[in-house]
Amino acid sequence: MEVASLYNAQFMDHVSHPDYKYELEGATHEHDGVNPSCGDELHLAIRLGTDGRIEEAAYTGHGCAVSMASADMMSDLMVGKTPEEALALCDLFKGMITGDEKDEDKLEEELDEAAMLKDVSHMPARVKCAQLAWRTLAEMLKNNTAEATTTE
Amino acid sequence: MAATPTPSQLGQIEQNPYKADFPLLANNPELVFLDSAATAQRPAAVLDAQRSFYETMNANPLRGLYRLSVEATQAIDAARAHIASFIGATDDADKPQKNAIVFTRNASEALNLLARTLPQVVELGPGDDVVISIMEHHSNLIPWQQVCAATGANLVYLRPDEDFCITNAEIEAKIGPHAKIVSVTHVSNVLGVANDVAAIAARAHEVGALCIADGAQSVPHVSVNVRELGCDFLAFSAHKMGGPLGIGVLWGKPELLDAMPPFLTGGEMIDSVTETDAVWSPVPQKFEAGTQDAAGSYATDACLSYLQQLGMDKIEERERLLAAYLCERLQEKDYITIVGPSQPERHIGAVSFDVAGVHPHDVASILDMQGICIRAGHHCAQPLLSYLGWHSTCRASVAFYNDKSDIDRLADGLDQVWGIFNGSR
Repeated sequence: MEVASLYNAQFMDHVSHPDYKYELEGATHEHDGVNPSCGDELHLAIRLGTDGRIEEAAYTGHGCAVSMASADMMSDLMVGKTPEEALALCDLFKGMITGDEKDEDKLEEELDEAAMLKDVSHMPARVKCAQLAWRTLAEMLKNNTAEATTTE
Repeated sequence: MAATPTPSQLGQIEQNPYKADFPLLANNPELVFLDSAATAQRPAAVLDAQRSFYETMNANPLRGLYRLSVEATQAIDAARAHIASFIGATDDADKPQKNAIVFTRNASEALNLLARTLPQVVELGPGDDVVISIMEHHSNLIPWQQVCAATGANLVYLRPDEDFCITNAEIEAKIGPHAKIVSVTHVSNVLGVANDVAAIAARAHEVGALCIADGAQSVPHVSVNVRELGCDFLAFSAHKMGGPLGIGVLWGKPELLDAMPPFLTGGEMIDSVTETDAVWSPVPQKFEAGTQDAAGSYATDACLSYLQQLGMDKIEERERLLAAYLCERLQEKDYITIVGPSQPERHIGAVSFDVAGVHPHDVASILDMQGICIRAGHHCAQPLLSYLGWHSTCRASVAFYNDKSDIDRLADGLDQVWGIFNGSR
């Protein structure tokens, strides 16, 4: 695999200059995600508007570039989505990352930038990194449990 | 040896007469394999032996009364004798203690065997100490945690000083009159440093404790002699030496192995069985329940012959040069921190390091895309990394079949990692 295929400039921009890595004000939902063996720790927050759509999503934490870039791309994608739409996107992302969903047009149309992470499906050891933010969001929306999500 | 390889030493590691012996490396000339501390590559001699066993002497060892089975049994027996002499386990008449060699699946199983059986022998209980080091691989740590939880004994850790050395003062302070079992790694799989097992064993015996050495990272790289180490037990794995996966070795002093109860029970480890009781076979069969991997034992035998043909002293010298050169290439880079001793000559096989601001998993992935294999993570030594203040590190490890170009490729690959994360590509 070419180095540039995953760690490309666009990907690295999310790592070096994240748009959504901050404490969210007025959060309505918050949830932690951890990958203990990697040391990835993510705190994800969203603010659900009165129209039932996600107004803003943001995260804090630390981890590898794949987990952090993935969280940044996801936060961008989720703005304006209903919780149901968000959950469907989390499922689609999971399908892409595990290699079950290969329809590239569909992936690019629905996941936008996050579709670039499809190369991770060829890197089994990194799947849990890419999935951390998405699983954390899905857990948050499915049940308001206080228990942290882990993708290990 | 001087810390910095001289030009003639660099010339030595530029040459590589060994790679051709390893089909996986010979068939993938672009691959840079720097993860031998996890598992080594296998020479053709080992692969041929494995195949030859199945083609010429395959039968269930120990059980049969026919020629093939006898040959399979003899193959295991010969392997035991060879392993015993390889680690200097000889009796007073200088004969290899072949019956003191117990086959397990790996070093982890050998250590578990000890953790399950020794506590009964030493009558371990509340107030007693089990002493290990903070450098242990989980396989020589969790079994003792479990033993201490079950018996009420204390788990005591030997800790290195800031120079990654477990000092004599530390050994004296931690191995005290309550110590019953001391189990330490000979060479750390993370730091690459050797511990002074001879001093630790001497202190253990002084206070009446038994001493176990985990040789998983030492036996493949340096000449190990159990008489010189003075330990009571030595555990290691064939696969880290170029032998087959699935063969571990436990050597123990015969009188101790005799006193220990069995570990696993079942076929092949009994002399007789009644409805209510059983009589165990003598050592080593007492510890080898079920059909053994005779092909693996035979291939391990072939592995030792291959290593001895090259000469363990030559292997040791070349690997020290390679590890020292690896250390130096890493030290050239101001964005790299070596996690371990700064003296290149103290590294046996492995060098752990951190790339500033880049998660080790990203380092390993980007190197992998360039055909370079290293390990990244906690290296099954989480307590050590926590103690040192790291969560995970990168680790490159060498074997004699590596050469200077492998390390140069790694050094260039790391520059690329750094460039990607710092915007200069």
